[in-house]
This record gives sequence, C-alpha cells and structure tokens, in this order.
Amino acid sequence: MKILVLAEINDGELAEDQTSKTVSAATSLGKVDVLCASNSCTDASKKIASMENVEKVFVIEDDIFSQSLAESYSETLIDTVSSYSHVFAPSSSFGKNILPRIGGVLDAMVISDVSKIISSDTFERPIYAGNAIQTVQSIDKVKLVSVRTSNFDSVPLTGSADIEKIECATNNTYTTFVENKIQTSDRPELTSAKVVVSGGRGVGSKENFEIIEGLADKLGAAVGASRAAVDSGFAPNDWQVGQTGKVVAPDLYVAVGISGAIQHLAGMKDSKVIVAINKDEEAPIFQVADFGLVDDLFKAVPEIEKKI
Amino acid sequence: MKILVPVKRVLDYNVKARVKADGTGVDLANVKMSMNPFDEIALEEAIRIKENGKAEEIIAVSIGVQQNQETLRTALAMGADRAILVVATDDVHNDIEPLTVANILAAITIKEGPDLILCGKQAIDNDFNATAQMLSAKLKWSQATFASEIDVEKDKIRVTREVDGGLQTIDAKIPAVVSVDLRLNEPRYASLPNIMKAKRKPLEEISPADLGVEISQRLKVIKTKEPDSREAGLILENIDQLVEKIQENVGG
Repeated sequence: MKILVLAEINDGELAEDQTSKTVSAATSLGKVDVLCASNSCTDASKKIASMENVEKVFVIEDDIFSQSLAESYSETLIDTVSSYSHVFAPSSSFGKNILPRIGGVLDAMVISDVSKIISSDTFERPIYAGNAIQTVQSIDKVKLVSVRTSNFDSVPLTGSADIEKIECATNNTYTTFVENKIQTSDRPELTSAKVVVSGGRGVGSKENFEIIEGLADKLGAAVGASRAAVDSGFAPNDWQVGQTGKVVAPDLYVAVGISGAIQHLAGMKDSKVIVAINKDEEAPIFQVADFGLVDDLFKAVPEIEKKI
Repeated sequence: MKILVPVKRVLDYNVKARVKADGTGVDLANVKMSMNPFDEIALEEAIRIKENGKAEEIIAVSIGVQQNQETLRTALAMGADRAILVVATDDVHNDIEPLTVANILAAITIKEGPDLILCGKQAIDNDFNATAQMLSAKLKWSQATFASEIDVEKDKIRVTREVDGGLQTIDAKIPAVVSVDLRLNEPRYASLPNIMKAKRKPLEEISPADLGVEISQRLKVIKTKEPDSREAGLILENIDQLVEKIQENVGG
C-alpha cells in the first residue's frame, strides 16, 4: 500500500483545514506522501511537512498549477500518481474538479465524498443528499478517494517529513485562467468554523442579510446560507450550505429563517448543536434542531445579538 | 456547432429516498422518476445557445433502462432535436457508474461529432460529481466544471465556475465538456404543442455493445443504510433561553 494525498493549494496558499483533514483520513490506512503542486509551495510544503504521519512531501512548482485547473494536474502528474495504490484529495471544488479527471486518465472510478474509511478498499459515502449511506468496495488498482473533510479531525503538527522537489514536463493546452472573483473576509472559513450562522429565504433580501452577518460577527462565526437564499441573490454562492454547496459540521450551527429542505440538512446535520429560529413552527428544521425558537427573526435576531 | 447533452433518469427530487429493507439500495420501484435537475439546466443552456444562433443541433442521450425513453421525450419536448437511448440494464436499481457512462458517451461522441458536451455537475441519486471530468479526460478535451455562466465564442468557450472561494472565470478551448451548476439558468417547462411534436422527433435505441463498450463495475455496493437520525430537540419559550443555549455552546 502506497498512499498519496493531493494537497489543496490555491495560488500558493495552502487550504490548511481541508488538506489536514484529508491527511487525517488517509493516515488511518498508514503513513502518507503529500504532493504539493502550485506556483509557489514554500510555505505550504513546510506546513505539510509538520503534519503527523506524513512521510515525504513532494513539491512541483510551476505557474501552470496556480489556478488549480484540472488539466494541469491530470496531464502532468499521471506518472507520479499512478505509482500509488491510493490517492486522496479533499472533496472541495478543488478535489472534485481534479480527482475524477485523473480517474478518467487512469481508467479508475473515483470514490467521492467519503465519510468513513472501513478498510483499504472499503469506504462509506452519503448518497441521495445524505438520505442514505452506502458502503462500497473498490476493485481498482489505484483507489481515488475524495474526502468529506467535515467528518474527520485535523492532524497534529508534530511531524518533520522530508521535502523533495520533483521536476516534470508541464503542459495545459486546454484551458486558460481569466479571472477570480474571490470574496475576502475577516470571518472564519465556512467549512472549518466552530460556529456558523446561516440565513434562508425567510431573511427576505440582501440588505436584510446584514442581520445574519451581525449576529455571526458577534459570535465570531462564519456566515452560511440556504440554496433558496443564494438563488434569490441574498447571499453569494460560496456561502451555500447543502448537498450541492458546502458541508459543515461546526460545534454550533444557528439556522435563521431556514425551513430545512433535505438538500440543506445534507450540508449541516452533522453539526454538534443545531439552533433554529423560524416563525413557522411546522418547519422541518425543528425536527433536527437541538434548540428551537418559534419567533419572527427580525425581532429575535437583533435582540439575541444585543444580549450576547 | 453540435451539442450533446446527457440526461439521467433519477428519483424525483421532491421524493424522499427510502432505503430498502434488505439494505441493497434505495427503493426505486413504483416511485416518481424525473430528469436529473442539473441535466435539465444543461439542456436548457444548450437550447438557449441554439436559440442564439450559435448551435445547429442538440442531441440528448440517456443511459439506463428502457423507461429512460420518457426522460428523453421530455428532453425532446424541451427542445432537443433528437435522442439516443442506450439500454444498459433492465433493472432500474442497477446504477451505471460514471466511468462506464463516460466510456459510453465518449463512444457516442466519436460517432456523432459534437463540439460541446453540456452535463449536469452531479446526479442527485449517487452524488458522484464525476462524469463530465472523466468524459473530458477520455476524449482529451477541455474541462470546465460547475458553470454558472457560459459564453460560447468562436473557438473557445468562456465559463464562470462556482468554486469554494467565490467565482473563477476560465477560457476552455473547443471541443469542451462543461458541467453546469444550479445558478446557470432556470429550465423551461415543455409546452403542450412541443410535447406533441416531441413524439415525432427521432429517438434511436442502441446497446453498449453496439458502441463496443463493456459495462464494468469498479465499486461493489456492500450495503446501503439509513443515516443516523437526529432527534428533534427542545422548543424554547423565549429569547433569553435561546441566548443562554447559544452561549453554552459557543465554546471557549
């Protein structure tokens, strides 16, 4: 068994939480190598070298990797990747974009969104928006696993792995990067935040979403949104929590004006404590919430913010 | 330009999935099935590209059981010009894996010669999110996933992608495979005259063997179970109680 983890690095910046939890999932099978491919990997590779149970960090620095385009990886890294029995990546938009493309090149299935590792060839993953959990056994020579990171803990930074630069011919004749519209924020990152405050359709407008943001800032929380809120333009797409958005499992999840559609629950029901505020007492969110308040959010949320 | 759109027949998104008592999968007998919502969005986009004069033909493809005909008739009623049904199984519970789907679609692509393939980013049943990426790799075509905006230009396609940090815009050289996200468009309903017209549009039926593709299964399903359920909790009386609960759980 030889295990490789594909580190998520965007424009030289390590997605530490995603990568650490992916390493954590992979190391349940043994020691791992980590591949860092980006335009600059100095800081990222040092950080990864300190992660527990990492044996070796391979570094490939080239501008071609800066924007995480799938072809840059699948066309250049295949020789490296195919010498392993397992390749893990986070099931973020980074991993979901790249790993199945590698699968296409290697003619191997991808095991997406793995929530539990049973053995070296057997994995659990949610299907039907988390309404069922399936156990699958892979017969592929190289097992490509994308990890649902919210189900795993980060690894301690107690290691000191060797860092080795590798060279390879790089090429991407398919896609070129144009621009990023990345939201910058002082708030914690949604998928790794300890507390998340989310708003739904009930919030009513983009302006009203400031109520949600206000409470989030008071709690040092990340801000999330239901699909309905994002579709209505109240919140940006990268705030979406749910089956097709982000999966979160914070210590505390506060759902405001969210009815609790199956698709939304799929993204947050592993949270430790769920608090729901909704004026409709029949809202399905109350069936998963540990604590509920049936009240008008426009009255309740500002008052809660004041009293905390 | 010719556009290929694969459409999957899945459990209707409004129907709650129920795990079969014997743990072999989700029960799909006598339940409402519909076109995968993401594929509907892909098809709608293809129709809009054609309406804008940038494409001449849209071919819808479905892979699975005989009943996928219905899904293809819906696609034809929405605006696809013709349809190809690949009958790959006679059991609706036998889900064809993305890797095999990609092999079948690659074979059809070589035969039909489309310039663009528009796919849903994932099927809402197996949630793999893999077919578009695997297909583009098999064809050695450009890949653009999770599209929320598509602009077809002369020899390239500009795609805005929904990524974790926000939005990323890339140019993909044509031919390309694009997988679409929720906010790309709102699919139309088929009108009654178009539903009638769709009955006369060509629907070709083939088998994977006709394409020289073998159905393989790389992931053996060991079991399917219900997720751990969460108990409904306490409905609190007032805001003060809620503030207390929030403070108890905020940590630190």
